[in-house]
Amino acid sequence: MSWVSDLVNAISLGVVYGLVAVSVGLVFGVLRQVNLAQGEVIALGAYSLWMTRGLPVAASIAICCVVCVAMSLAIQVAIFRPLRGASALTTLIVTFGLSYALEAVWLIAFGPNGEPVSMLSSLNSVVLGGSIALRWITLVEIGASGLFFTGLVLILYRSKIGMMMRATAEDFQTARLVGVRIDRVVTWAFVFGGLSAALVAVLVTVQSPLVTPSFGFNLIVIGLVGVVLGGIDRLGRATAGGFVVGFVNSLLGAVVPEQQLVFLPMLTFLFVIVILVLRPAGLFTPRGSIVERV
Amino acid sequence: MPDQAAEGDAVNLAGSGDAVGGAGAPPLSGSTGGLVCSEVSVAFAGVRALDKVSLSVNRGEVVGLIGPNGAGKTTLLNVLSGFASTVTGSVHLDGQDITHFTPQRRARLGLERTFQHGRLFSGLTVRENVELGALAVRASSRSARSIADRLLANLGLEEMADLPVAQLSHGDQQHVSVARAVAATPKYLLLDEPAAGLSEGSMAELGVVIERAIRESGAGVVLIDHNVDFVLKLSDRVVVLDYGEVLAEGPSDEIRRNVDVVSAYLGEAGVEDLAASQAQ
Repeated sequence: MSWVSDLVNAISLGVVYGLVAVSVGLVFGVLRQVNLAQGEVIALGAYSLWMTRGLPVAASIAICCVVCVAMSLAIQVAIFRPLRGASALTTLIVTFGLSYALEAVWLIAFGPNGEPVSMLSSLNSVVLGGSIALRWITLVEIGASGLFFTGLVLILYRSKIGMMMRATAEDFQTARLVGVRIDRVVTWAFVFGGLSAALVAVLVTVQSPLVTPSFGFNLIVIGLVGVVLGGIDRLGRATAGGFVVGFVNSLLGAVVPEQQLVFLPMLTFLFVIVILVLRPAGLFTPRGSIVERV
Repeated sequence: MPDQAAEGDAVNLAGSGDAVGGAGAPPLSGSTGGLVCSEVSVAFAGVRALDKVSLSVNRGEVVGLIGPNGAGKTTLLNVLSGFASTVTGSVHLDGQDITHFTPQRRARLGLERTFQHGRLFSGLTVRENVELGALAVRASSRSARSIADRLLANLGLEEMADLPVAQLSHGDQQHVSVARAVAATPKYLLLDEPAAGLSEGSMAELGVVIERAIRESGAGVVLIDHNVDFVLKLSDRVVVLDYGEVLAEGPSDEIRRNVDVVSAYLGEAGVEDLAASQAQ
């Protein structure tokens, strides 16, 4: 029955990378620009959990959300607003540089060895014993991510700002011309991206408590691969792509012998390469669609 | 009045006897009402697309803009809506100089336009597309919804309200495009070839929708289209452009009989046909 736990674990890692993909995809959706520094938003959220370890859990999580949203908005104001209209490659390089710079900041501020976040460690206890080894955090990840995705869908399809976000994502110029308040739409995309990053920080630090300077970058690289794999031009496809990468990564991790785990990233990327060669526009993008050239 | 244009002067196109642009005439820039462009010239790569063209439209009035290909119709619409820069001349909206305003700023002041290819949001439903028009002018979610529902009902589009726009025919998409523009409660509405690519039947339906939309909004309308009959039927007043200059201006019936206009469209054969029909 270990396949059941492998499957559930794969789903839980899939939804976490789905959240990472959402945090990148929301911004890409409205601006058509990639925020590689989003990983550092997750990292700062994780460090904030360590810094507030003496506070009640709810307060610590609330502060993490505020920190992630604030940093996300700061990146919007400092980087994306001045670069509005610049090529996607320019923004990619600038946010890549910012990511490196912030990693250096984490290194100086918190040291190279990492800081352990012990919050909610009880969620690592086993739900079921025997052959089906499931931990509470696995179920919490699936449940919390499910709630977040549901809330996001409701906002996108039932609210004024959601409608404006969908219109802007479809055609930025026309949305601007018909009077959609683009600045407000972009701000909300960064707010939701920040909230998504905060949720990732909380869930991942419960499972892997050690927060190192490269904590966020490692997540964002895989998340971004998922976004491209699913289809970067639609949030739903990008999220599904993030899920698939996490799911496959987890399943491969379960079947690869422990001494061969060093090859796990190679195997995951091999899977991604094969899929993208066969379907350049993305796994979930209809055949015949034009490939987005970034 | 059409003959003035034929003689090459800038022509009085003010709809209600306002001051006019043109040789020896006072400029329109001091006008306090209406959407007014005065003595506008536009050039692309040294080629004049518009040469001292003046035009005005008042609230509740429909001004048709016709002319052969390359006459400058779309350029003039782009000047009015802010998509093209003028070399000389000015644009005023209810007395405010908007010559250097962006299209977005003009939209906020009540100047809406539609586009040749609709530019609707295909992933949104018909109702959502129309709601966006209302939301863009600061309507609340609830009032935007009620504006959209009322508008769709008044324009006879309520049955398609929940359909994704991508599922609509080209003709129906043009209806929705007009509805979205009207939802923004414009003071002035610029309709850019709304009948392009439509069959005769669809064009007639669109004409009904536009007439209802004009009644609904009370906006001043500038309508351009390649289909001359379509424009003449809907317009209170028609301006004819040719080679970037105003060739004629007047009520639809007058324009139909204007020798210069018939000549520009149909050549000498058309003029002879016109003369023959008038002789009968």
